[in-house]
Amino acid sequence: MTTAAQSSIDNRKSKISLYWSLTKPLQSGLLLATGLAGYMSARCPVFNVGTILGLAGSLFLAIAGSTVLNMWWDRDIDAKMGRTQKRATSSGAVTENEVLRVGLILSVVGVGWAVAMDALYGLIVFAGLFFDVVVYSMWLKRRTAWSIVWGGISGAMPILAGRALGLGVVDWIGLTLALGILFWIPTHTLTFSMKFAKDYAAACVPTFPSTYGLAATRATIAISSVLAALAMVIAGYGIGMDWGFLRLLGVLSAGLLMLAVAITFKPSERVNFGLFKYASIYMLAAMILVVIEVM
Amino acid sequence: MKMTSLDRTLLLVTGILAAYQVAVGIDGFGALPIIAYTIGFGVLLVAGLLLIILGFDVLDSPVVVIVSTIIPLSLSLGLVWQHASFGTWYLVFAIIGFFAIVITRSFPMPGKLPTITIAIVHGIAGLTIFLLPIILSVQGKTQPLFSLVGIGGALIGIGGLLLSFLKAGRPILSRETIFKILPILLLLMTICFVAGFKFG
Repeated sequence: MTTAAQSSIDNRKSKISLYWSLTKPLQSGLLLATGLAGYMSARCPVFNVGTILGLAGSLFLAIAGSTVLNMWWDRDIDAKMGRTQKRATSSGAVTENEVLRVGLILSVVGVGWAVAMDALYGLIVFAGLFFDVVVYSMWLKRRTAWSIVWGGISGAMPILAGRALGLGVVDWIGLTLALGILFWIPTHTLTFSMKFAKDYAAACVPTFPSTYGLAATRATIAISSVLAALAMVIAGYGIGMDWGFLRLLGVLSAGLLMLAVAITFKPSERVNFGLFKYASIYMLAAMILVVIEVM
Repeated sequence: MKMTSLDRTLLLVTGILAAYQVAVGIDGFGALPIIAYTIGFGVLLVAGLLLIILGFDVLDSPVVVIVSTIIPLSLSLGLVWQHASFGTWYLVFAIIGFFAIVITRSFPMPGKLPTITIAIVHGIAGLTIFLLPIILSVQGKTQPLFSLVGIGGALIGIGGLLLSFLKAGRPILSRETIFKILPILLLLMTICFVAGFKFG
């Protein structure tokens, strides 16, 4: 192999690695897991490999596409924040037009694939992308701290889409599962916005801590954690989850509530971090429980 | 003290086993034993996850003494309620013992009262989990492997006492040594409990 050819391969590998990081693989993976769990919760023939692969592929592409488009839109504020200024979009490692093209291609292929599989499923996937990119990032993120509600709604779409694909309709259990995710997201994002308050202030992005203060933010986190746990337990009951699994979900929810109480009455950096991490583990565990239960 | 990957793995396996016990391992028991075991293994699961997330520093919290009491008290209550005739009395003891520890750890107390309270409550709960399953299996009232629950009881007793005395400022072993053996102690204890309940 010539040196030029080797160099070209290395460049491509490096670029793929850059774009992979722009899709926020962990966050996208967690949202994908919620979509798969939503589908499984419908108790449809879960071993329909074609449908599961289609769901996983289309959902991942749509989520990754919207994430890349968000990064493209937010590149100027990302460059002002210590936490994000090394991202490929803000450090100049990739060109703006290229990022936009990749984001659009991923989004169009993901949504197109979803629509081709099922119109309702495709519509919900599109709604998730629209709320995330247009409503949350482009319209509200720089205007109001309440933008996170719309970010939360878009984050709740994968589980609703997955269940709608399995059932063919949107039902109350799907909406409750979506509510569980919607209420879980503030636990995640508000904890983040407290930890990186200076970054958001430097970028002039309004957040709950900067608008309403730390105490109100902590109270919001606590309330949303309680509501998230409640919604997941109600949805678990609605799915027909076995009592043993409901007990386990209850135990994990109790852990979330305990941390929510701790962050309200005895706040500290460590408890914030603990709640932030535990909330992710909680949601992943809840999704795994839904999947195991119906298998 | 920094937590190693091995420590985290051991704690994760402990958590998964405790989760299994809550979800599957106690099906078919009476209402009170199910509640008691759910609390005991549930606290073990959540505590394991918090240890993984926050590291050993979380053990510096004053809540640890109370949490490390809930596990043996609830497990021993479940065992007594299922297998002994003095279940109601033990329930009263468990409630009083729990509140005694909460009160003696929350307010200034004279002399050695907090330490004595911990020693009595942990001692009785630990001995109950240790002896009752062994006696039952020796008498043939349960399968021989139920005695594994007793071994788990011995391990939880050791762990609970080590942590409680460390928190009380009278460590039996050094802080580093306790943290070093804690993950493996918790895992062995949970394996004994799960296997004992499954095969006993």
